[in-house]
Amino acid sequence: MAETIAPIGHEVGAADTHLRHHFATPAQQMDAATLGMWTFLITEVLFFGGMFTAYAIYRGIYPAAFASTSEYMNVKIGATNTIVLICSSLTMAMAVRSAQLSKRASLIKYLIATMIFGTAFLVIKGFEYHAKWVEHLVPGFNFAFPEHPEFVHNAQILFFLYFCMTGMHALHMVVGLGLLSYLLIQGSRRVFHANYYAPVEMIGLYWHFVDIVWIFLFPLLYLIGHWHL
Amino acid sequence: MLASLMPLFADLPLLPERASSQAGDIDTLFWFITGICFVMTLLIFLGVVAFAYKYRRRENAHAVQIEGSNKLELTWSILPFLVMLVMFGWGADLYFKAQSPPKDAMEVFVTGKQWMWKIQYPDGAREINELHIPADQPVKLTMASEDVIHSFSVPALGVRHDVVPGHYDSVWFTADKPGRYHLFCTEYCGNQHSKMIGWVDVMEPREYAKWASGGAGGSLAEQGQQLFQQNGCSTCHQMEQQGRCPILKGVYNKPVQLNDGRTVIADDAYLRESILDANAKIVNGFEPNVMPNFKGQLSEENVIQLIAYIKSLSPAAPASQQGRPPTTTPSAASRAASRANTANPGQASSPVKQ
Amino acid sequence: MATIAHGTPEIAAEEVNYLNVEHGWKSWLFTTDHKRIAVLYLISITLMFFLGGLMAVLFRINLLEPEGIFSAETYNRLFSMHGIIMVFFFLVPSIPATLANFLIPIMVGAKDLAFPRVNLLSWYIYVIGAFLTMYAVIRGGVDTGWTFYAPYSSTYSNSYVLAAAFGVFTAGFSSILTGLNFIVTVHKMRAPGMSWSRLPLFVWSNYATGLIQVLGTPVLAIVLLLLAFERIAHVGIFDPNIGGDPILFQHLFWFYSHPAVYIMILPGMGVISEIVSCFSRKRVFGYNFVAFSSMAIAVLSFVVWGHHMFLTGQSMYTSLAFSFLSMMVAVPSAIKVFNWTATMYKGSVSFDTPMLYAFGFIGLFTIGGLTGLHLATLGTDIALHGTYFIVAHFHYVMVGGMVMAFMGGLHFWWPKITGRMYPEAWSKFAALIVFVGFNLTFFPQFVLGYLGMPRRYHAYPPEFQALNVLSSAGASILGVGYLIPMIYMIWSLKKGPKVGPNPWGAAGLEWQIQSPPTTFNFDETPIVTEEAYNYGPLEEVIG
Repeated sequence: MAETIAPIGHEVGAADTHLRHHFATPAQQMDAATLGMWTFLITEVLFFGGMFTAYAIYRGIYPAAFASTSEYMNVKIGATNTIVLICSSLTMAMAVRSAQLSKRASLIKYLIATMIFGTAFLVIKGFEYHAKWVEHLVPGFNFAFPEHPEFVHNAQILFFLYFCMTGMHALHMVVGLGLLSYLLIQGSRRVFHANYYAPVEMIGLYWHFVDIVWIFLFPLLYLIGHWHL
Repeated sequence: MLASLMPLFADLPLLPERASSQAGDIDTLFWFITGICFVMTLLIFLGVVAFAYKYRRRENAHAVQIEGSNKLELTWSILPFLVMLVMFGWGADLYFKAQSPPKDAMEVFVTGKQWMWKIQYPDGAREINELHIPADQPVKLTMASEDVIHSFSVPALGVRHDVVPGHYDSVWFTADKPGRYHLFCTEYCGNQHSKMIGWVDVMEPREYAKWASGGAGGSLAEQGQQLFQQNGCSTCHQMEQQGRCPILKGVYNKPVQLNDGRTVIADDAYLRESILDANAKIVNGFEPNVMPNFKGQLSEENVIQLIAYIKSLSPAAPASQQGRPPTTTPSAASRAASRANTANPGQASSPVKQ
Repeated sequence: MATIAHGTPEIAAEEVNYLNVEHGWKSWLFTTDHKRIAVLYLISITLMFFLGGLMAVLFRINLLEPEGIFSAETYNRLFSMHGIIMVFFFLVPSIPATLANFLIPIMVGAKDLAFPRVNLLSWYIYVIGAFLTMYAVIRGGVDTGWTFYAPYSSTYSNSYVLAAAFGVFTAGFSSILTGLNFIVTVHKMRAPGMSWSRLPLFVWSNYATGLIQVLGTPVLAIVLLLLAFERIAHVGIFDPNIGGDPILFQHLFWFYSHPAVYIMILPGMGVISEIVSCFSRKRVFGYNFVAFSSMAIAVLSFVVWGHHMFLTGQSMYTSLAFSFLSMMVAVPSAIKVFNWTATMYKGSVSFDTPMLYAFGFIGLFTIGGLTGLHLATLGTDIALHGTYFIVAHFHYVMVGGMVMAFMGGLHFWWPKITGRMYPEAWSKFAALIVFVGFNLTFFPQFVLGYLGMPRRYHAYPPEFQALNVLSSAGASILGVGYLIPMIYMIWSLKKGPKVGPNPWGAAGLEWQIQSPPTTFNFDETPIVTEEAYNYGPLEEVIG
């Protein structure tokens, strides 16, 4: 523990910094929140890690079947979504910066931009899921793989992993949008400023994490059969 | 109360029967480890009792504060570790031996299914929950599961291996003491898991020869040949000239070049996969999607028969001689019929969901 | 020390403490005080413990007869629910969520855990998980065993797998949140002067536990989720008929569940370090090694899972590596046992109830740990895998180890938690009953396993009956042994003699504040100037 702890007691500005009773200083509170968030993100890495492991193992066993699925993946949509997410990460980072500089108007602006990008991602994803349903590519419900009947079973496993991984990712996006709405409400009430911006930064970390998961998902799922191009 | 319990203890086998050298080897290692554990436990126990007694709280006696001792710490870290390395090496040796069957082993096929063990001999005979084998002859069991994970276990022979659906597992042993030994399933497999038990009959080689000469009719390979015809395999897999599919003559245990450049050995596992899921590995020069998938069409027992047939097409393959001493006369079919009836197959379970 | 405890005169005026500061159910359900949450957890896990125990009693009755007394369906559901409830709803939260939740902030000199509301959330999540599991029990139970092995659980089982799996899935998050809270608290909330090398060993072991909870539990969550999808939609991920691999389930499952057995023992080891030190009036022998061994166990626990799959047909060389690593993890455990024993050397040992449980722990954990060598050794695992030997082994560790430690810790800190002392004679009697009952229950199971009796058998060959009858008899004694403390602990809440801040004359921050503590533990942030277990000066005072 690097910082020394000041005597207990709420000094001037304690209400502003939202210092909770069990912390000695705002710095200690911020440190705890940051470590807590990173620890939480590590659990998320392990959570997605289980699915990535399953993916790696089955891809190792059935390389041809997995490659055959990429022609059913819409690379353009995937790439668009990648760009959308990267933009949202940028606006999120700008939002955190705005909070640190106590710029309320630009905080609101960037939060809204981030939410728009996030929503756009989900809408595009929704169209993509719909297309998969129409093409009979939803495992367990209407799966058919007429062009490569030899891969029907193993490709089904890939499509399951596709839905499982992107679905979990989308779920995290939805949660993220909920958190952003909370920030938006708090931000418009002038809660965040240079001395108190921990929630913006923590939710920002979460948002970046969710983006990074997608950065891994996109090549693994969409580009997998295109490596020979 | 105690008196009424006494008869129960009369049957208690404190030293279990061991009927193979493998079981004996494992036992020796078991008692070696147990001995070391006993010494260690005794050491700790005596230490605790002695210290607790000698340094019990008394008037005017203070505890002496001691930091610790690096020398002691290293001693009781490194010494036990060295002893454990002995266990590790010894155990690994036994494990490797248990996984390397000798070439001349007699082969028997075992299929686990909720909740029974189905046995097939190379001569075509079949049994349920009973395995007859000759003493003093290495026996290799090739095992498959029709449904969930089972585990084939014969404590007296020092044999245990999981039977995982989707691929072949195998164990081997040489029984050296004729007798009747428990066969258990030791991986929980559902409702009647505890009824998935049977017997291994180890017989004197001469007795076994007599027992094995009971019937006449199709060997495992002959049964496979029939399936080969019935399922239309022979239209494409022709014997002499090249059809739409590879010639199977002489293919067993030979390297096969695949269309993705890999080379694999056409062993039991490969043949099983190729029968059930033909497109998983395509032989170089052949088209995919010619042969249908037989997954769900053929039972594991059928697959074993087909593989036996393919093996019999290889002149060097010992398959046709396995499982029966050469002196016997083939009369397996009737024997099979009579034996198959003796066991109740039980209720087959179908996959049900809640 | 007991003399001091009982000799303390009644404190005249009732002090304000965390228990009486507020009243009413709302003050409990919406509390963020780590001590109150620990009490909520204590009540919840005690209920689950008795439920799981009841199931154990029932299936031990079944095993009195070789053919079984109940139906196979009933038996299979009983042992499965026993395992699920005991592992996920008792053992995993047992010490971390109760004693550690109560003590860690006090031991590091903080007012609360780093995230009090998250702490409360973790209890709510636990309760939701427990209700989901109870739903499965009431609807007819689950019959897959606590391991949920596919493809039996995903395709074949005709029981309430989904409800139970979701229950466990949910409870997993409560465990993650507890671990996360501990990690951050230990890193960021320590009082001035409380350096890492001054932390009580109980904090060290729970910190190591937190690491495992945080790193392992998400993998359990994802594997249960995959299992649920497989069961609902039959997507084939664990179904060999569609190219899925049932062994993948086992790998992912044990990647959590083997480290999880260290979640279930490390906190117990921490308790024993505290108790042995206190009742020997001595600093723990080799503090650094004991602390470091907790971390070594946490790290190594993640690389031994493959020893559950020696007989599934995994590569021989994989097995070789896992066997070797499993041997390695025995070393830090051995270090701890040796150090506890050495702590008593030249000490001043008294035989209060917590110490009796600590003796029990050391003996039984030694046996449980050493028999693990039989199973880590590849050759002998062939003979013992899937038999009662395994059952006996892990019950020696989990019940002989963790439950003993839990009972010891509960007695040790009971005066701190409630401000009252339990009845000494009864508690010693109960400790003895538990020890005898435990050994009578589980020692015969080592023999049964060696003789080849498979586990999870509803019926068994008649030659195994004698040992099964012994084991069942032991289980009934063990059951009584657990009921007695239940009764006298409740009795002591009202009638137990009141105690002062430090009934045991123990070192440690928690003994320097009043019993029961106030809501914020310390009036002023303590400044730590001495090592943990500084019994030297205390000995002078008493002498």
